[in-house]
Amino acid sequence: MEKKHSKYPINHIVGFALSITLTIIAAWTALSSGLPTMWIIITIMALAVIQAAIQLFMFMHITESGATNAPWNMMFHAFVIAAIIVAGSLFVMSFGFTHDHGGGDHHEGGGSESHEESQEDHEGH
Amino acid sequence: MQLDEFFVTGEPLIYAGMVSIALVSATVIFLLTYFKRWKWLWQDWLTTVDHKKIGIMYILSALAMLFRGGVDALMMRTQLAFPDMNFLNSQHYNEVFTTHGTIMIIFMAMPFLIGLMNIIVPLQIGARDFAFPYLNAVSFWSFFFGAMLFNLSFVIGGAPDAGWTNYAPLAGSELSPGPGINFYLLGLQLAGIGTLATGINLMVTILRMRAPGMTLMKMPIFTWSTLITTFIIIFAFPILTVALALMTIDRIFGSHFFTLTGEGLPMMWANLFWMWGHPEVYIVILPAFGIFSEIIATFAQKQLFGYKTMVGAIVIIAGLSFVVWVHHFFTMGAGAFVNSVFSITTMMIAIPTGVKIFNWLATLYKSKIIFTTPMLWTLAFIPSFTIGGVTGVMLGMAAADYQYHNSYFLVSHFHYVLIPGTVFACFAGLIFWYPKMFGHKLNERIGKWAFWLFLIGFHLCFFPQYFLGLDGMARRIFTVGPEWFTLNFLSTIGAFVMGLGFIIFVHGIIYSFRFSPRDIEGDSWGYGRTLEWATPTPIPKYNFATVPEVDSHDALIDMKEKGETTFDRSKLKPIHMPSYTGQPFIMMAILFFASFALVFEWITLAVIGLIGAIVMMFIRSFDYDEGYHVEVDEIIETERKARRMTDDE
Repeated sequence: MEKKHSKYPINHIVGFALSITLTIIAAWTALSSGLPTMWIIITIMALAVIQAAIQLFMFMHITESGATNAPWNMMFHAFVIAAIIVAGSLFVMSFGFTHDHGGGDHHEGGGSESHEESQEDHEGH
Repeated sequence: MQLDEFFVTGEPLIYAGMVSIALVSATVIFLLTYFKRWKWLWQDWLTTVDHKKIGIMYILSALAMLFRGGVDALMMRTQLAFPDMNFLNSQHYNEVFTTHGTIMIIFMAMPFLIGLMNIIVPLQIGARDFAFPYLNAVSFWSFFFGAMLFNLSFVIGGAPDAGWTNYAPLAGSELSPGPGINFYLLGLQLAGIGTLATGINLMVTILRMRAPGMTLMKMPIFTWSTLITTFIIIFAFPILTVALALMTIDRIFGSHFFTLTGEGLPMMWANLFWMWGHPEVYIVILPAFGIFSEIIATFAQKQLFGYKTMVGAIVIIAGLSFVVWVHHFFTMGAGAFVNSVFSITTMMIAIPTGVKIFNWLATLYKSKIIFTTPMLWTLAFIPSFTIGGVTGVMLGMAAADYQYHNSYFLVSHFHYVLIPGTVFACFAGLIFWYPKMFGHKLNERIGKWAFWLFLIGFHLCFFPQYFLGLDGMARRIFTVGPEWFTLNFLSTIGAFVMGLGFIIFVHGIIYSFRFSPRDIEGDSWGYGRTLEWATPTPIPKYNFATVPEVDSHDALIDMKEKGETTFDRSKLKPIHMPSYTGQPFIMMAILFFASFALVFEWITLAVIGLIGAIVMMFIRSFDYDEGYHVEVDEIIETERKARRMTDDE
C-alpha cells in the first residue's frame, strides 16, 4: 500500500496479450494445423512451458525476493499435485488404454505395456 | 423456442414451486419498497467489502440452500416411505436427488463454512479484514449467482438429472440433451470462481496478516484447519474447473473428451471428478474439525489436548486426500492392483482421523464441561461421526466394496460423516459465534429442542439405511419393494423429525432476534480463549482498535491475565479501510447473464456477456481507489460506545 500505483501497468498488459495469443495458437495447432499427432503434442507442450514462464514472470512476482519462500513452496506443491494427476490418471485409467484406438502406433501390445506402466507409476508414488 | 420449452410444465409440484418463488419475490420487493430499504440494501450489503457482512450473507444464503436441499430430501423420503408410491415419477426423482446432492455439498456445506471462516478467521488472527477485500466480495457474488443459476433450473429449462457426480456418458449431450446438465456445469463453474478466489484470499490473509507474535504454531486451531483447507481448495478446484470446462465443450461445441463415440474416455470424467471430489469432502470436513476443536477447548475449559498432533493430523489428512480418489469407483474395473493401492491409502486416513478423535476425548477427560448448545452438537458429533468413519473403512476395502457399492449402505455412510461432521459443525459454529455476528445470543432452550430433534431424527433416518443397504436396496431407485417397507418408513419419519428440528432452529433465530438481551460482553460465553472474543460486541468495522501482541494459541487467556484489551489508547493510529464498491456485484451479475445464455446455447448473448465481464475487469484493473482512513477520534468514540465506558474512563 505504501507504493502508489502511478505507473501504467504495461508489463501486465503485454503479459495478458501474450498469454491470450499463446492460447489461440495452441487451439489452432490442435484444431486445424494439420500437423502429425506427435508434433501437435510437442508444440502444445512447448507452448505450455512458455505460457507458464509468462505467468510466473509477468504476473506472479517470481523475481521479487519477498520475506518468505512461499512461491517456491507453492510451486513444489503444484508440481507434486500435477505429478499425482498425470501419473495417477495413467495408473488408474491404464485399463482404458489397452484397446487399439486405430490411429496410433504407440498403443500396440496394450496389455503388457499398461502393466509395466502401472508398475512404474506405483514406484513413482 | 416456445415458452413451454423455456419453463418447465406439467408438474403440479413445480407449479407450486413457481408460485412460491413468485410470492416470496413479490413479498421481498414489497417489504423493501414499503420500508424504503432499497438504498440500505445497496449501500450496506450489496456493495460491502467487510468480511463480517460478507460472512453473514454467505451464512444466510447457505441456510436458504439448506432449506431447499432439505425439501428435496423430504420429497425423496416421502416417495420412498411406502412401496410403489406415486408422489414423484422417475424423471422427477432423478432431478430431485441430483439437486439435493449438488446443493448440499456445493451451495450449502461449503458456503456455510466459508461464511464462518470469513467472519472468524480475521478476528482470530488479529487482522482488520481479508488481504483482498474486493476479491472477497467477488467471491461471494460468484457463489451467490452460481447458486441462483443452479436453482433456477427446476422452473426454467429443467433440472439436471445425472446425479451430483454427473457421470459421463449419461451426462453427455447424446443421453441427456437439453439445458439440464448445462445448468449443473455452469452453475458449478460460476460458483467455483468464488471458491478458488476465497482459497487464495484466505491463504494470503493467514500467512501475511497475523497479529505480531502469532507464529504458525500459535494460531488457533480453526485458523489452522482453514489454512490447510485453502491449500486443498487451491490444488483441487482447478481439476474441477478443467473437468467442467471439458464437459461443457463436449456438450455445447461437440468435442469428444468424455463421449462414447469419437475415442472419448467417459471414465476419465469419473477419474477427474473424484480427483477433485475427494479433496472436496475434506474441504467441508477439516474446517468442521476446527470448529469442534475450538468449542471443545472452550466449554471443557481446558487447553486443547495435543495441539501439535492436531495440526499434524490435519496436514496428513490433507496430503492423503489427494491419493485416495479411486475408492469412489472401485467397481469401475481398474483392476485388483490399482484397487489395492487405493484401498491401503484409504485406510491410512483413518489413522490421523483417529488421532483427532482421541485428542478430543483427552481434552474432555476430567474437565468441567459446560453443556451449552454448541457443546451438545459437538459431543453428539464424536460418536455419530465415528460410526460414519468405521463404515467408511468397511467401504474402503476394495473387495468388500463390491458388495456395498451403490447401495443404501453407502448412502448411509456418507450421510453419517457429512451430517455429524459438517452440518453439526455448521450449527455449532453458528450458535457459538452468533453473538459476534449479531450482537445477541441464540435462545438456549429453543436451541436444545432443535438439537435433540435433529439428532434423534438423524439417527432414526440414517441408521436403518445401513441395513437396507446390506439387504440389497440400491441407491437412486425411485420405488421400493414391500420387503423394505418397515425400515424405509422409519427412515422417512426420521427425515421429517430432522426437518422439524430445522424449523425449530429457524424459529429460535427469529425468537432470539426479537427477545434476546442485547447488552452482552465481547467474550459472550465467558469462556473464550482466542482473539475473536477480545473484540467488543458488536464488532467495530475495523475489528481491532489496537492489535495485541500474541504469545500463545490461547491469546485471550493471556490478555485477561495481563489485563490487556484491544483498545490501548496510547497506541491508537488512523486505520486504513477499503471502500465499498458495487463492481463485484455487477461483474458477477453480468457473468450470470453470460452463463445463463450459455446454458441455452445462445452463443451470441453469451459472448456479449463475456465481453461485459472483461470490460468490468478492465475497469477494476485501472481503478486506483485507495480506500479511506478511520480517524483516531472516531475510533475512540466507537470503542467507548461498544465497551459501554463511562465518561471518566
